[in-house]
Amino acid sequence: MIRIASGQGFWGDWLEAPVRLVEQGPIDYLILDYLAEVTMSILQKQKQDDPNLGYARDFPPLIGRIAATLLERNITVIANAGGVNPIACAREVKRLAPQLKVAVVLGDDIYGRIDDLLAKGYDLRNLDTGKPLETILGKISSANVYIGAFPLVDALATGANVIVTGRVTDSALALAPMIHRFGWKADEFDKLAAGTIAGHIVECGAQCTGGNCQVDWQTIPDLANIGYPIIDAEPDGTFFITKHRGTGGRINSDIVKEQLLYEIGDPKRYLTADCSADFTSIKLEDVGPDRVRLSGIRGGPPTDTLKVSISYSWGWKAIGTLVYSWPDALAKAKAADRIVRERLEQLGLTFDEIHTEFLGVNACHGPVATPVEDPPEVQLRIGVRGRDRKAVERFTRELVPLVLSGPPTATGYGEGRPPVREVVAFWPALVPRHEVQTRVEVIE
Amino acid sequence: MKIRLGEIAHARSGDKGDTANIGVIAYKGFHYPTLLREVTAERVKQFFGDLVKGEVVRYELPNLGALNFVLYEALGGGGTLSLRLDAQGKTLGAALLRMEIEIDEHELARTE
Repeated sequence: MIRIASGQGFWGDWLEAPVRLVEQGPIDYLILDYLAEVTMSILQKQKQDDPNLGYARDFPPLIGRIAATLLERNITVIANAGGVNPIACAREVKRLAPQLKVAVVLGDDIYGRIDDLLAKGYDLRNLDTGKPLETILGKISSANVYIGAFPLVDALATGANVIVTGRVTDSALALAPMIHRFGWKADEFDKLAAGTIAGHIVECGAQCTGGNCQVDWQTIPDLANIGYPIIDAEPDGTFFITKHRGTGGRINSDIVKEQLLYEIGDPKRYLTADCSADFTSIKLEDVGPDRVRLSGIRGGPPTDTLKVSISYSWGWKAIGTLVYSWPDALAKAKAADRIVRERLEQLGLTFDEIHTEFLGVNACHGPVATPVEDPPEVQLRIGVRGRDRKAVERFTRELVPLVLSGPPTATGYGEGRPPVREVVAFWPALVPRHEVQTRVEVIE
Repeated sequence: MKIRLGEIAHARSGDKGDTANIGVIAYKGFHYPTLLREVTAERVKQFFGDLVKGEVVRYELPNLGALNFVLYEALGGGGTLSLRLDAQGKTLGAALLRMEIEIDEHELARTE
């Protein structure tokens, strides 16, 4: 059996979680997921400004902080902290933790190869809209392939203490050590599917140990000290989801089910770079306090393409708010919304979308929210999105004047004008597997 | 009798671009047939009204006593494009638990 702990569900997750995972009990691997889609484009911008940046900057100091424990307890770290600059990330890790061996997985970044791929006749059309990539050429800011677990296994084979990657499938971080230690083959799809599902469960950190959980949430103990998840994996593909003793949170089959269903499509065909996993084959059992067993998982082969996520500049947006108090708070907020829209129209400004919500009334649940009668306060939230930066900028000046020139009792404008933000959108596409070559480098 | 879905099921929701998904899970496995009968893709689509512009597809997971609903064009453009407060559909699962379903009184009172 090997123990794989997940200490970071996204960049910005709890900084103490990975430290506690290595200190509060035995684990063999610490996996850390830093890369949401939007993160890649932010990192690409940072790299353009400074060629030494473009990775998750929290990661190297974390490794510096836990380096001695990693060595003492023989724990290997696998993290996609490399972003769009895995080499720079790995070098910084090596600088802060010189006693560790650091390996990097390269090959997911195809930003510089887009022209070449188009010239070869791959149109990289949008998986959702069907449009060819040509429609956004010149606006692209990053392009990364979701690579699978096997390139990470090559990195583990170097004996490195820390493996740094760029874009990989989230579940590959957990699957790779299982393949490495159990010797699973690329066509043992049931086992690969089991490891993939294990990775899927823990990829959002504490969301499978009682965080963001609807089941009896009021009674889930000590969320302040919530334990992040650990996979106890067996060579036959059976695994357990658990956490360190004495930590907060809760693990049971209800909670694991919520996370199993999180952000999936067809449960019979959960596709990754390594396999297709069948969630309807999972046998789930509560086998102890904070311990759930998963077995019987079936899988099939992956496709001959890999998913690539391309980010591109779409345009601009801004979202502003004002608060109206009782009495008639909602009626006032609605009147203010009409005034803003009328003033925008008089200015001749057009947008791709103007969207209004009333916080405290309908922002989360829209038309299905229970009607609220005469609320003590309502926050008006208006957003616009458009291609013309100037129009969006002008919109940001149209909210605060309502404090003096609109319905009474407007407040909550302390932040002043809302910021104009660039909209970086995503273009999901497929690229043939044989066009993507990965390699491993050890940082000396 | 009519009850809210949330009396017999819990849910979690999330996003992939402009597509949201909601996992609906029976608290008690024996209520799964009730979910199957009452919580159809058509009813979920109708329930959300304007909030979901595209189609709703339902997948069944009898082994988990659960259904997975995939809601297309449900997040105002999704990701960074969306102007919605809940651009990632984090609260759509809770919203669906408001849906009224029909259940037999004895079925609701069952303990095993």
